[in-house]
Amino acid sequence: MPSNFEIDIRDPHERLGLKGYKDSSWNFAMDVKQVTKVSELLGGFIRNCVYGILSISAVPNHIAFIMDGNRRYSKKNNLIDGAGYRAGYSTLMSMVRYCYEMGVKHVTFYAFSIDNFKRDPEEVQTLMELMEEKIERLINDEIIVSQYGVKVRFIGNLKLLSKSARLAAERAMDATSMNNNIVLSICVAYTSTDEILHAVQESCDKTWHENRGSDDGLRRLDVSDIERHMYMGVVPDPDVIIRTSGETRLSNFLLWQSSNCLLYSPSILWPEIGFQHLVQAVFEFQKRFYYLNKQSKHEVQLKGKI
Amino acid sequence: MDLLVQPQNVFLNVSKSGNIVLLLLWHILHLVLSILYFLREIFRAFESYLITNGYVKTYDDLNLDRVKYLGIVVDSDEARKTSNVIELLDWLSAIGVKKVCLYDREGVLKKSKDVFIERFGSAELPKEDSKNAPLLSKKQMEFEFVSLIDGKEAVAKAANLLFKKYYADEDSEKPFFTETYLTEALKTLGYVEPDPDLLLIYGPARCHLGFPAWRLRYTEMVHMGPLKRKKYGLILKAIHRFTRVKQNYGA
Repeated sequence: MPSNFEIDIRDPHERLGLKGYKDSSWNFAMDVKQVTKVSELLGGFIRNCVYGILSISAVPNHIAFIMDGNRRYSKKNNLIDGAGYRAGYSTLMSMVRYCYEMGVKHVTFYAFSIDNFKRDPEEVQTLMELMEEKIERLINDEIIVSQYGVKVRFIGNLKLLSKSARLAAERAMDATSMNNNIVLSICVAYTSTDEILHAVQESCDKTWHENRGSDDGLRRLDVSDIERHMYMGVVPDPDVIIRTSGETRLSNFLLWQSSNCLLYSPSILWPEIGFQHLVQAVFEFQKRFYYLNKQSKHEVQLKGKI
Repeated sequence: MDLLVQPQNVFLNVSKSGNIVLLLLWHILHLVLSILYFLREIFRAFESYLITNGYVKTYDDLNLDRVKYLGIVVDSDEARKTSNVIELLDWLSAIGVKKVCLYDREGVLKKSKDVFIERFGSAELPKEDSKNAPLLSKKQMEFEFVSLIDGKEAVAKAANLLFKKYYADEDSEKPFFTETYLTEALKTLGYVEPDPDLLLIYGPARCHLGFPAWRLRYTEMVHMGPLKRKKYGLILKAIHRFTRVKQNYGA
């Protein structure tokens, strides 16, 4: 028996008197933990160095992601149904972490399009349940809520979601409403078409209520009225939209808000996207920052003339 | 006090030299990126040469039926050099593209429309009176000229039209606006054309520069580089790649 001043480093199986243990497997487990910790620290150090370099120039204020390729990832790796989406969720959280560390203030993810309701009902049901499960986990995640100070918003026609998913989303928004380090917008039951229609309807309703009984006549609606009522009106326009899987279309995502936005389409699938792809996107943005910034100011000038 | 100031000075000096190191690293990385872009440009030029001169058989037989409506976005500064745009349209005409939507933010291409119409055929402006017959009998390509005001401003005008039509009467029930309502309103104002299937972007960045949002839902957007460095072979490649794309439309 070891003395009081010695740490018992015997294999747990030996301590418990169990037979059939192997020394090497326990040592191997310890080694893996140490290696993981060291590699995490090293990874963090490398990331900090890269952030330091990137911060010399402008870092995007708002990055949006179209998370394309979860099903293909599942097929490619012979995973069970739904596993691709779970892997995709882990990737989402990694991206939020990297963007937070980089100093990006707004991140938006295209999680579920209104068009996706056309999918197999079982698949839609799986996605809704996964969404609810992950939202609950998000609310209870101390790192996300307290340490990172993430404000979560769910953007889209939430009335189209199941009641339980909608309530979970509202709970998450309430729980994180006081945070303001980074705003995480998750687009669910969203399409730009629906967003524009909704904004037009809300603008008409609002203007009608304001004008009721007014002797001045009907006020004309303008672009700023419509933009004020957009679901995405609560966040600034994106600087970069990253769509994985190499597809070059926006699939009805942020069409109104992407006038001066860099569109970046790496060919990897969503669950495969990593830190290096994000850095590449930011480098591309920095390379074209002057031009995109000029276009943005120019649009404001042109709007002023109209 | 000196004991506090000295470490502070050292820290400031270290952070200043640290900043210089970071600045240097940033410039080096961007230089490496620029070299990579330059090499990519050379490769693309070589690839275009091979495609244009028929060494790559893949692009011989393009299925142009899939490209019913081709959109071209041009940076307004580059659009001012009309000869470059005419050369591009010459190439598209040679490939066999029939309907083209030309967009630039400031409407520079709209101002030069007479030049294009004269050379290539009939054209339509979003608000042109549809009763007017085409100006020329020989129809090579059909054009549509679009600029920034045909995007968000058009939706605002359509919203006003809907407001006047359905909200003017206090007592009547207000309808729930579906896509049909907005499309009809845009049509009344002369704005509706088909959505482009493929959008070729000529400019410094892959950015649609305010192309009407309503018409970009499932449009494939390909960045072709600056207009002055356009390449015929790469247009063939972009069209060929588009014809092989399979869209699920969300399903």
